[in-house]
Amino acid sequence: MSYLEYAVKSAPTGYRKIFYLNWPVAILLASVSGAGFLMLYSVAGGSFSPWAEPQIKRFVMGFFLMLGVAMVPIWFWRSLAGIAYLMTIALLVAVELFGTVGMGAQRWIDLGFMRLQPSELMKITLVMFLAAYYDWLPAKRTSHPFWVILPVIVIIIPTFLVLRQPDLGTSILLLAAGGGLMFLAGVHWAYFAAVIASAIGLVTAVFQSRGTPWQLIKDYQFRRIDTFLDPSSDPLGAGYHITQSKIALGSGGWTGRGFMQGTQSRLNFLPEKHTDFIFTTLAEEFGFLGGFSLLGLYALIIIFCVWSALMNKDRFSSLLILGIALNFFLFFAVNMSMVMGMAPVVGVPLPLVSYGGSAMLVLMLAFGLMQSAHVHRLR
Amino acid sequence: MKKTRAETDFSHRRISRRAALLGGAQLLFIGGLAARMRFLQVDQADQFRLLAEENRINVRLIPPSRGEVFDRNGIRLAQNAPSYRIVIVREDAGDTDAVLEKLSRIIALDAETLERTKLELKRSPSFLPVTIAEDVSWDDISRVSVNAPALPGVTPEVGLSRVYPQGSDFAHVLGYVGPVSDYDLEKIDDPEPVLRIPRFQIGKVGVETKLEPMLRGRAGAKRVEVNAAGRVMREIDRREGTPGSDLQLTIDAKLQGYVQARLSEESASAVVIDCDTGDLVACASAPTFDPNLFVRGISVKDYKSLTENKYRPLASKTVQGLYPPGSTFKMMTAMAALEAGLIGPDETVYCPGHLTVSGRRFHCWKRAGHGWVDLQTSLKRSCDVYYYDLAIKIGIEKISAMAKRFGLGVRHDVPMSAVAQGIAPTMDWKATNYGQDWRVGDTVNVSIGQGFMLASPMQLAVMTARLATGRSVEPRLIKSIDGVETPGRGGEDLGMNENNLRKMRRAMNAVVNDRRGTAYGSRIIEDTMRMAGKTGTSQVRNITAAERRAGVIRNEDLPWERRDHALFVSFGPIEAPKYAAAVVVEHGGGGSKAAAPIARDIMLQALYGGIPPLDAYPAKDRERIDAQQEKLRDMQPQASFVGRDQA
Repeated sequence: MSYLEYAVKSAPTGYRKIFYLNWPVAILLASVSGAGFLMLYSVAGGSFSPWAEPQIKRFVMGFFLMLGVAMVPIWFWRSLAGIAYLMTIALLVAVELFGTVGMGAQRWIDLGFMRLQPSELMKITLVMFLAAYYDWLPAKRTSHPFWVILPVIVIIIPTFLVLRQPDLGTSILLLAAGGGLMFLAGVHWAYFAAVIASAIGLVTAVFQSRGTPWQLIKDYQFRRIDTFLDPSSDPLGAGYHITQSKIALGSGGWTGRGFMQGTQSRLNFLPEKHTDFIFTTLAEEFGFLGGFSLLGLYALIIIFCVWSALMNKDRFSSLLILGIALNFFLFFAVNMSMVMGMAPVVGVPLPLVSYGGSAMLVLMLAFGLMQSAHVHRLR
Repeated sequence: MKKTRAETDFSHRRISRRAALLGGAQLLFIGGLAARMRFLQVDQADQFRLLAEENRINVRLIPPSRGEVFDRNGIRLAQNAPSYRIVIVREDAGDTDAVLEKLSRIIALDAETLERTKLELKRSPSFLPVTIAEDVSWDDISRVSVNAPALPGVTPEVGLSRVYPQGSDFAHVLGYVGPVSDYDLEKIDDPEPVLRIPRFQIGKVGVETKLEPMLRGRAGAKRVEVNAAGRVMREIDRREGTPGSDLQLTIDAKLQGYVQARLSEESASAVVIDCDTGDLVACASAPTFDPNLFVRGISVKDYKSLTENKYRPLASKTVQGLYPPGSTFKMMTAMAALEAGLIGPDETVYCPGHLTVSGRRFHCWKRAGHGWVDLQTSLKRSCDVYYYDLAIKIGIEKISAMAKRFGLGVRHDVPMSAVAQGIAPTMDWKATNYGQDWRVGDTVNVSIGQGFMLASPMQLAVMTARLATGRSVEPRLIKSIDGVETPGRGGEDLGMNENNLRKMRRAMNAVVNDRRGTAYGSRIIEDTMRMAGKTGTSQVRNITAAERRAGVIRNEDLPWERRDHALFVSFGPIEAPKYAAAVVVEHGGGGSKAAAPIARDIMLQALYGGIPPLDAYPAKDRERIDAQQEKLRDMQPQASFVGRDQA
């Protein structure tokens, strides 16, 4: 059943759509962002500049962007899936050619009013495109080798481009989100088993390539993996991030040291305290209760999204919502694993909390699509 | 593509199934994250909180101020004076090169200093002060302060450094301090953390090192909060240290200054000891040096000139120098014989100028001999043969035992560097050290303080004090610690027959005050201040039989290092001995000529507590003494604060 067959009359129209938004998700997003503002205010030493104020402005912008996107029917967005995917690929290529180098990687295109990070956008357009693809593909053909190869190529191209920037974290997220969507669409188990097997093979190859001229990842990435496996091996060097981050987390205890009382972040022991490692500040200042609450908010967002997807009978809509939720999940799961010393430091921010414009806007855009699918669902 | 309802339902069911599966997996993972969070934040919280505290809290030591040292009358001998240095802080200075350029126009800075400073500025964090110049004069400091507005980031800082206001007078007694070296740290098993403070000063020589634990005090500490870059954010708390104890020496700085000046450029040493208390009131070794040079780090050139000087200015000759005591030892031989009852009343010995002992001829210093001599005459005229004869009768063991009771061959417990034990030889001693049997000839040599016999000037002073009092006077250098008088040691009766001691004192009186005594020229004529003593001239070479036949070469014709040592021991006043003194002039020639006059001057200075009246001297000496006193007055340092210029 596709949207063409809906009884369109049953969908809300005009301003009334606003009442049919998935408000719990919107409120949860605002709460999480609010926690982010609080932490950015704290790590700046009790000041709205330089981080909290721009972040609030961008959130307000993002919130209206979400509402705007939600008002447009989902079938319009579906029709844009292919174009959006191709344009993002083009942007990634453009970054490769004209991008600004920042933090040792080529990631941004300067648009004048903001710096766009196409790899962020890619997470959404990839999910959109795959959801549209599986919506179009007859269910019987889902596991046919030819119809499996096509989406794999669709995933591999942007992954490769992002890896070249180099941005290992985002490329892993792209791969995981794409794979997750294929799994949700119902591709046969055997394929995933095969991919996991070859992934193990790839990891082996990466490690084998170490020190050879055709080395597949950069030295600093190797070192990060090394120190992840044994952080104590280099407590002042590359392992410093993880060690200090665990100290900050651990010293929070049950209830934390109190707002603005975190010594680890205030005294600059924490690296990247306003971006990737912001969770450690929260955990230091608000303790286990604070950290657990944030994790709870994230979990609720996932639960509401999955619930919304299950209620939605449109295949594109459910896949899109599930894909966005999966993306969101991967985002915070990788970040938290990283700061808690369960995963290598790969440079993934904490969604909506870490300071960063592109990520915030792209996420709100994604939730706009999710809201659109929710509002325009078949009733 | 048109989809059938059945197909749509099928696909929806499958998506729902897998969505539930994946959603479940996600929730499971979130549960895992929560568990991990709980593990870190609740189970391991204590450990991590401790690590966080270690991160941010830094303990900084506050160096204790070193105890000061005073003389017996409260004159400052060692103090802590402010020492100025100029530092620069990069983040305050901005353009450091320009600021240094300006600074070098205001005060003299050589190119090397500028280079070092620039290098250090580049390497250290921007907020840490970098020292540009140390031990800067007050003039330069004022100049920098006046120009402060033009020199951003440049500030004068003040620290404490050791200064010896009496300069060279106490170089050998007090020693000096210097910055802790790696070598010092190696020697100490468990160095206190305070020793690791750069430029922290510890005692290197003398009292400064021997009483280091007392003088150093205990470091305080402050806890400060630092950020990751090491910048101090605030002080959390501080615990003040304990300053080192102040010491008071038994030395009289005025007398010490006089003695040092009197010894002047001779290679000589003198010790004056209080007969009642054992207080060392003067303890001077010449030539001397300025200990302040060592505090700041002595230049290679200065150090070389000190080590290459043949008069050995660095050696502390009073306690470290060992000399054959020569004739000053004769009192020991005589006492041993008297106590053994071997000298009868009016017993005399004939001195033909030599004595043959088991085939070897031992000469008296006077070739023609002294004829018939008794105890008093033998000491007065320093006849050698008399003592050869006594020594053969009593044997070495008794002589050696007597010497030890009088403090020779015994290490006295004085907190100075390299205090020597000396040698009062016995048969066993020779067997152990030379693997040879003792010979009668060895005894004969020891009887006049030659041969194996070695003593330091301090030991000779102690011996004289014991002769004068009959009590076991022990030398004492530290009068009080933090105002608490240190208990004197010794002082108990030596157990000698008082008659024998009186005989010795009478004989020593005759040495100085009898017209035929060897030190008659150095007598004191003021009745209440008269002194007794004994000359000594100790050979440092063997005079061969051939040389003797050809006529002994006169001392003045020998190269300096082969001349005889001149010694004199004395005590005074005779009736109620107050001070005992020993003077040794290395290679000075005869004791009566080189050492006794010095001893008399020192004794008078000590007894009068200042410059003595000229009429204490024999009439014919007065003119010469007057000139000498004039000269010495000019030589003694007048200012009490030396070493640093202050505007």
